[in-house]
Amino acid sequence: MSLDFKPDLGDFFKEETFRDDFTFKNSPASIARFPFPFDRDEYMYSVNMEPHVSGRPGSVFEKTFDVDEHYVSEMIDRAKVLAEDPLRCQSLPHMTLAGWDLLELIMDSTARDYPQWFSLHKNANQWHWINRPLGIDQKFTFLDGSTLPYGPMEYITRQMQGDFSLQDERDGNLWMDAGMITTQADWSLDFDVGMNFMEWHAPVPLAHEKQVFDRALKFLLKLQNGSPVRRFNWTMTVNPLLDTAPETYPKWGPTKASLTPENLGSKQHLRVELQALFRLPRSNAIAFSIRAYLGKFEELVTMPKWGRRLHRVLRDIHPEIAAYKGFARNQPAMVEWLAKYDDGKPTSAGWWPEPE
Amino acid sequence: MSKTIFPQSIKSRPVYATLEPRPGKAHLVIADGEGADALGDLLDKAPDRAGMLGAMHILYTPGPNGTDLWAKVQGFGAAQTYRAPTIPAMLPRLSKVVSEAHMGTQFYVTGTEGLMGQAEREIMMTGLPFGAIQKEHRGSTLRRVQCVHCKGITENVALDPFACSHCGLHLFVRDHYSRRIAAFQGVNIDAEDPGLVPAAVERFK
Repeated sequence: MSLDFKPDLGDFFKEETFRDDFTFKNSPASIARFPFPFDRDEYMYSVNMEPHVSGRPGSVFEKTFDVDEHYVSEMIDRAKVLAEDPLRCQSLPHMTLAGWDLLELIMDSTARDYPQWFSLHKNANQWHWINRPLGIDQKFTFLDGSTLPYGPMEYITRQMQGDFSLQDERDGNLWMDAGMITTQADWSLDFDVGMNFMEWHAPVPLAHEKQVFDRALKFLLKLQNGSPVRRFNWTMTVNPLLDTAPETYPKWGPTKASLTPENLGSKQHLRVELQALFRLPRSNAIAFSIRAYLGKFEELVTMPKWGRRLHRVLRDIHPEIAAYKGFARNQPAMVEWLAKYDDGKPTSAGWWPEPE
Repeated sequence: MSKTIFPQSIKSRPVYATLEPRPGKAHLVIADGEGADALGDLLDKAPDRAGMLGAMHILYTPGPNGTDLWAKVQGFGAAQTYRAPTIPAMLPRLSKVVSEAHMGTQFYVTGTEGLMGQAEREIMMTGLPFGAIQKEHRGSTLRRVQCVHCKGITENVALDPFACSHCGLHLFVRDHYSRRIAAFQGVNIDAEDPGLVPAAVERFK
């Protein structure tokens, strides 16, 4: 059982690492399209969902699933994480049909949006999938698990950037009963799989009291097939480490103590999650894609508006949010480093960058 | 010992009610330690005590604090009464009894959180929703904790932080709880500053 990559980087995809020597960085084009998550100079939890419709051309909102210059290297990193810890991908027995739904959604979307990289040919249930960047050519029978080297969810999410979880709907709640989670902001799929919406969000501070999760759940239970929604979430990560898992916290935790004024700009990353939710047609489950983008502080401040705003957001953040997101110890150093990029000028509304 | 009042906590932390008699064709009771007292209170409330006992199967084991009320449990005179020396020793029989339970069986689980969590997990594996299982906490508040790093489970945790009985890392005990694993989550407390382990406090008794 394997999915042997024979990657073809071409002239778009970058060879880089998210571990060991951490060679990841964003090209200028990638910085310009970075999904900066703050639309104002302050931050508090909210039900910040909007329709996941095609957005500004070239932006991360343009396609259903954003495939960018980091694609091939991220998929190689995921394969390494799974080889070290197979528990990062789990699917409870009743979730196989939802896995096929997700496979179809990703194959249909990417073959439509990126015909130069992905192709899907269907003859009834006889499907032929080609993934050129990873060098995969697979003929299989849709809904027949014996024709793929992995279960359907694992097969397709080994080929798509971002984490994915699948939620079963029953008893007026959503139950996270499957997932591929290797680029997570410090939460454990192995511990949380099988939990309902309120339970897996239980450790989040402040938001329960603000009824954020009650309202979000009500909203999501009404989600319709064909009308996906999206939202942002964010946190902070030292080094471009996609896999900040609780399982390996003893390995990466000490890096939080490694920041200096000299290295902060290149080591400290704003980690943004573009989260999208899709109602699936056969299983009635909800697929949740959690796509992580990493931006170095020194990359983000090349956009003057973002430099000013990031400084103000972090300076004024609620202490409980800084503690929950795990950057309280480095908050003063971050704010001090960013201060030189904040000249006090007003910022315009919305998150888009502005050349000056 | 009466019902335990736990402090307000996060939404994944289980909460427990008081056992109430419900009409059923069969009554399966799983208890440890002081859970025997909750069973006594349940029977005192039963409209048809003799009828309930005539259709009752009790699985009992002493509590992690040593409380052994086996004589009291035997004295109820249920149709079947079984004593296991430990929870792990009880699990094979529990698994068989639960898998053969018919529609209309009532489940009563009472005692420590470790016992209730593992019994609930066995019952849920049959497809029964956890809401259909009555649970009442009695006795010890010692915790069953899974190390999120090595995945090993340490039973009867009293101290916070404590050393994982499998990998030895110093773990702090969260209130985050998994029904699937039947355990609270333990996370390395000195990951960011290796060696800086605060003094342990006896949080659970």
